[in-house]
Parts: sequence; C-alpha cells; structure tokens
Amino acid sequence: MTVFVIRRLLQSLLVMAVMSTLVFAGVFAIGNPIDILISPDATQAEYERAVRSLGLDLPLWEQYWRFLQNLADGELGISFVHHEPAIELILQRMPATLELAAVALLLSITFGIPLGLWAGLKPDGIAGRSIMVGSIFGFSLPNFWQGLMLIMIFAVMLDLMPAGGRGETAVFLGIESSIWTLDGLWHLALPAVNLALFKTSLVIRLTRASVREVIGLDYVKFARAKGLSERRVVFVHVLKNIMIPVTTVIGLELGVMIAFAVVTETVFAWPGMGKLIIDSIFVLDRPVIVAYLTVIVVMFIIINLVVDILYSIFDPRVRLSDVGS
Amino acid sequence: MPRKAWAAAAIAAAMFAPAMAHAEDLTIAVASEATAMDPHYHNTGNNNQIMAQIYDRLINQGPNQELLPGLAESWGPTDDPTVWEFRLREGVTFHDGSPFTAADVAYTIARVPNVPNSPSSFAIYTADITEVEIVDDYTVRFHTATPYPLMANSLSTIYIVSSDIGEDASTECFNDGECAIGTGPYRQVEYTPGDRIVLEANADYWGGAPIWDTVTIRPISSPAARVAALLAGDVDVIASVPTTDIAQLEDNDDVNLWQGISNRVIYLHIDSDREHSPHVTAIGGGEIENPLRDVRVRRALSMAIDREAIVDDVMEGIAIPAGQLLPEGFFGVSENIEVPDYDPDGARALLEEAGYGDGFAVTIHGPNDRYINDAAIAQAIAQMWSRIGLETSVETMPRSVYFGRASDLEFSVMLVGWGAGSGEASSPLRSLIVTNNPDRGLGGANRGRFSNAEVDALVDEAMQTVDDAARAALLAQATEIAMDQVAIIPTHFQVNTWGTRADLQYEPRTDEYTLATGVTPIE
Repeated sequence: MTVFVIRRLLQSLLVMAVMSTLVFAGVFAIGNPIDILISPDATQAEYERAVRSLGLDLPLWEQYWRFLQNLADGELGISFVHHEPAIELILQRMPATLELAAVALLLSITFGIPLGLWAGLKPDGIAGRSIMVGSIFGFSLPNFWQGLMLIMIFAVMLDLMPAGGRGETAVFLGIESSIWTLDGLWHLALPAVNLALFKTSLVIRLTRASVREVIGLDYVKFARAKGLSERRVVFVHVLKNIMIPVTTVIGLELGVMIAFAVVTETVFAWPGMGKLIIDSIFVLDRPVIVAYLTVIVVMFIIINLVVDILYSIFDPRVRLSDVGS
Repeated sequence: MPRKAWAAAAIAAAMFAPAMAHAEDLTIAVASEATAMDPHYHNTGNNNQIMAQIYDRLINQGPNQELLPGLAESWGPTDDPTVWEFRLREGVTFHDGSPFTAADVAYTIARVPNVPNSPSSFAIYTADITEVEIVDDYTVRFHTATPYPLMANSLSTIYIVSSDIGEDASTECFNDGECAIGTGPYRQVEYTPGDRIVLEANADYWGGAPIWDTVTIRPISSPAARVAALLAGDVDVIASVPTTDIAQLEDNDDVNLWQGISNRVIYLHIDSDREHSPHVTAIGGGEIENPLRDVRVRRALSMAIDREAIVDDVMEGIAIPAGQLLPEGFFGVSENIEVPDYDPDGARALLEEAGYGDGFAVTIHGPNDRYINDAAIAQAIAQMWSRIGLETSVETMPRSVYFGRASDLEFSVMLVGWGAGSGEASSPLRSLIVTNNPDRGLGGANRGRFSNAEVDALVDEAMQTVDDAARAALLAQATEIAMDQVAIIPTHFQVNTWGTRADLQYEPRTDEYTLATGVTPIE
C-alpha cells in the first residue's frame, strides 16, 4: 500500500507540472492583466512601471522560470490584484467553501441513500415513483435559477431565511467555522440545499440503479432463502455491495462541489473559493488562478486516494496495488 | 389577546427598546469588492468608494464631483503660477486621536508613488509635484515645474493618511487595519476579503458625527442576488440596480430607487488614422483604403445612430443621449454642441458624396461584461448602420480579452466608455482625443489614433492656463472641434440606479460611488 501511495503522489507531481504550464500559457495568451487593472487615464510611463513591477515585461519562459523558483521556496506567487500571497487568499476562503460542501454532502447522503434504497426496493410503489420523478427535477433545474427561487421563496416572500452571505463564525475543536453557531447554520441552510439538490438526485438515482442490479443476484436470493430478515438482507448484503459505485461518485462529487461551487457562491454571495477564482479569472490574476488549480489538483488526488482506500475496505477483493497501474 | 398579555407585550417592547439602536446600523451591497484597504494601492472606483469614507482628501468631491473644502479650507495658485498654496483645516484629529498637520500631507504625497506592486498607482496625480513645502503646521505649498492648473482636481483624488504609520507602511498593514488611520467620517474596524468591510462612526468627525453607527459593506456580484438581498431586507442599500429589474422595483412599495447621471460616456472609437484598417473591407471582403479617415464617413456613421432608440429600447430609458464627452454641468463642457439628430437619409447622402455609396463592411468590437448592456448596444448600432448600406457585424468578448486587444490597435471600430475621474473635460480630451504621444503622457487611450493639430494646441494651452474661466472656454472649444471632426462617436451617458429600503434615500453621485454618508432616513 505504501508503494501505491508513493506512486500516486509522484503521478500527481507530473499532473501539477503539466497543469501549471497549461494555465500559465493560457492566461498569458488571453491578455495582460494590467489592461484591466490600471486606471484608464494612466500615462504610458505609469503603464510600463506597473507592467514591470508585476514582472509582466519578461518573456513567458522567464516568468515561468521565476514561478518555478518561487515554487521551490514553497511560494505560489503574489496576487497581482490584492498583493497578498495567492495561497493565503485561497486558504482564507477555503473554510467557507469546505463547510458549504461538507454540509451539502451530508444532506445529499442522508437524503439520497435512503430515498434511493426505497426507490430501488419498491420501484413500482407510489413513493418509489415519486422519488424518481422528484430526482428528475433535482437534476434538471439550473443551479442559478434554483438558487434565486430559493431566495425569492424563503428570504423574500416568507422572510424566513437570510438571502445570502456567511453568518457568525465560532472556533470549536480548533476550527473556525460558521457551522458552530445558530446564525451561521441559518445562513448556511439555503446555499447548502441549493448545492445539495443536484447531488441528492444523483445519489438517489445511483443508489436505486445499484439496488436494482444487486437485488436479483444469487447471493441476495440465497440470503433470503436462508431466512435472514429483510432488514439484514437490505442493510448488510445489499447496502454494502452498492457502496462501491456510490462512494466513488460521492468522492468525486465532493471534489467538484469544493472546486466549482461557483454558481452557488455567486448567487448567495458566499465568501468562498469559488467566488475568488471567478473574480480572479475576470481580471487575469494569474498567481491566484495557478495556485487555486494547484490546490484543487492536490485535493482531487487526495480524494481519489481516499476513495481507493475505501474500496479496499468495502470490497476485500480489491487490492490497492492493482488500482494504481 | 387578554389585557394582561397586552401589558406584558408592552413591557417586553419597552425592554427591548434599546435594541432599536440597531436601526442606526446600515448594510450596503456593492457590485465589486475593494482589492485592498490601502488607499494608495489601486486607483479604481471599487476601492475609492470605500476609502472616501475612511479618509479625507485635501479637497473632497461632492455628489457632482464639484470640489469642496476637505482637509484644506482654502487653496489656490500663488502669484507664481507654479506654486499652489493650501490652507489646512485646524483642529482635525485622526482616528487614533493624533492631530492632522502639514507633515501628514507631505508624508502622503511622498508615499503615493512608492506603494510596491501597485497595479494602478495614484502617482499620475502627484507626478507633476516637484516639491512639497511645509510653510507651517497648517500651510502647505506645492511646487511644479510648469504651471499646473489641475492641481486642485488632482489632489481631490489623494487620500491623506497619518504620518505616524511610518516610512514603509505596507498594503498588508492597511488590510490588517493597523495602518488604516484616517480623518474620515468612518473608521475601519473589520476587513474580511470577499465577505465584508465594517466601518464604525467617527464621533469626532470635523464635518459632524455621521448618522450611522456601524456600516457594513458587502460585495454581492450577481445583480439578481443583490436585488433579492434588498427585497429580503438583508441589506438596506444596493448599488447598480440592473436595468431589467427597474420597472418591476418601481412598483414595489418596500423599495425606493434613486437615479443619477454618471460621468461615464459610452462612445465608439474609430480608426481614423491607418491607411488600411483591419476590420474594414469592401462588401464581400476585398481590401480597401480605410474610409473612416474621411470625416464625412465618420459623420455619416454618427448620424445613422438613433440615440433615442438606444436609450429607450436597449437601456430601457435609463440613459441620456450624448453628443459630447461629459454631461452638461461639468467643467469645460460646451454649450454649443447638440446631440446629433438621427438622419439615415442624410447619412446615406454623405456616404455617397464621400464615394462610398455602395457601402463597405465593418466590424464593431466591444466588451460584454464591462458597461451596462454593452453587447446589446453594439448589436443595436450594427443594425442601424446596416440600414444605411454598411455590412456591419459585431464581435464582443470579455473585458479581460478586449481591452488589451483594443490597446494593441487590433480593431477598427470599438465600443468603449470613459468616466472622468477628475470631473472635468480635460480628462477625456487628454486621454481620448489628443494625438497619441507616450513621451508626454498624452492620448494614452486614443485607440482610434485621431489627430488634429488645432485640438492639440487648444488642450495644450488649457493645460497651461490656471485661470478657471479661460481654461473652461479653451476646453469647450477643443471639444467643439473634436466633435465636429467626429474624433469619437458618443452615444449616451450612463445613468446609475441605487435601491434602498422604503424609509431611506440616497443622493446619487456622478462618480458612481456608493457612500454611507449619502444615505439618510426620509423624515
């Protein structure tokens, strides 16, 4: 297993190198951030000074070389726009995004798996059909529109919830988060639901499909023939076997939720990383874009690693050494 | 409800009355956040509107960018036109209690050009100052190499900081709040990037204590979410109400809308210089000599634009047709310029006269995320030009791509906007109209490379003329020639809309800033 983990980490270095080169060249090709940042009445001299001070007058390869040198010192660059280390900007906003994604994930698992099980076990019942119809809505509603509707209904018309923003934070177990305060949870509810609706539908459909597949297999029939209780059949034999596809998808979806909660964060003015990256792209703040994507690559690699390890726990037939190659 | 319960409710209400002080707090939603809390780091409206509440300038700008006494009570050129004298306000204290004196002014002017990695420095406003002479604690003289009539306008953009923060006060130090010591009506108490800026009233403000105890400024970039936050009561004031929502919000009794013209003109810049322009061809695609160099063609293009239709249909009535660089009322605006009439027949006749009766093909380039309805405006103009026989296409792109390419002269006709930060006509004239001359710092945004010796001479003379009336006349005259020669085609002035709770009012500003000091309860 150690070999497996080491090989994974080496692979990830390669991925990061390729990614940073691509992003570097890509952002360079789009344009010069100074054109957007500088006041339009700036003189040519002032323009050139700004370009020089950000190191944008150097040829691309030299800028990239400097980036690599900084990287060797463990620095991911200084934001052109905010003049703060890019990684700090990202870490500042990471808790807000993580708590949003974690709560959304929790919601989609706690609702998705039981509903999916139900729909899989009783596919022809009214409840089962309603769950499936509902999941189609969850799938097909555009996230942006759905978020605005949640705000219109719960914040504007019913005046129950706040329309956006992050609530009070508190420190608990060494983590500063808004999930420790009532006000924080209150603010978190709508964006988390907005983010979770799609995932819940996904989990429902996936669980249902897996259950349908497994329920007809011999070992389930055999378990029933042995006279095991329905409870034991469902919760031990069926559930454990459907967990592999579900875990894979949930794991990847967690990554997607953290990395690209942009729409939800924008609609709910949630001060997370997604909003940071979209703002940075608009002004071509390359250090932040590169640093962000590096963080995201690392995160996906870790998630994949955890998923692979979970596989081996759920299914002893899976050997980690096989998965890597 | 039984009587007893009523009494209990009344007592409860009385007990919670102190909590009503909460009504003195104000939450504002702006469209874009400040990039840093250092008042000299980044010269952009998003930052300046925050700084204007924490810091004072020697000369403050009023709602119409008129110059008002700030930390200076009076100012003016001395007998020597290269020396300006400023009399400072006495008895003003910084947020930390220390007194404001001339040393703080000298410190600020010295700091401005030396902020590391500033993406857009304020040095353009202080570059002409060769020496800051401290006459006494409350008198400062600014020396320049040549007469500098824009001294007052330039210094009305510089935020005065306390010299106590030390020689190398960094941008980070301002972000932390440690160095953020101003004299303004509010003091900085919290800065959480991406989330909020919290300001607290400065009870000792020289202009009188502000009415709001605590002001929270939140960036909400999505226009729909900003409107929803106002409707939900999460925020009390929002900036930049989208034009599509205005009609509906006008019918809503819980919301007030406040509108004011901005200093921003939306215009087309035209390649009037090169022999062959990259996006002008014969119909069908053959290369032709650039027709945009002919003033008759440019005039025809301007006459073919139905400005009323743009305002009514594209801008939903929320804009004002433009015929020159700044709306009326600003310094240096000409009273003799009318908004050009919509006259497609006259335009066709002019094209015929210039030898382009069969038309030509042209592409309008524009941004799609910078100005209000920018892409739709470009589309509308293209349709109008098609009606006079020009094969017009439109290409719009995000501003991150657009402005760089426009500055590299990749386009032939481009849609741009210009906000006059100094609030007077020399700003657009010097940047957009006069001949491009990087060495002298002129014509930096003249992306059509228009060049007219007469205009250049008039603007030059204006920049040497310290007398206000004479300078205004010169600027107006330069504008008249430039508009007659169709250096650019102005289409409209933007009108900005703010939304507030029903019991509040906002005083609209031409500089588009959203300030807590402009929000007052309706009596």
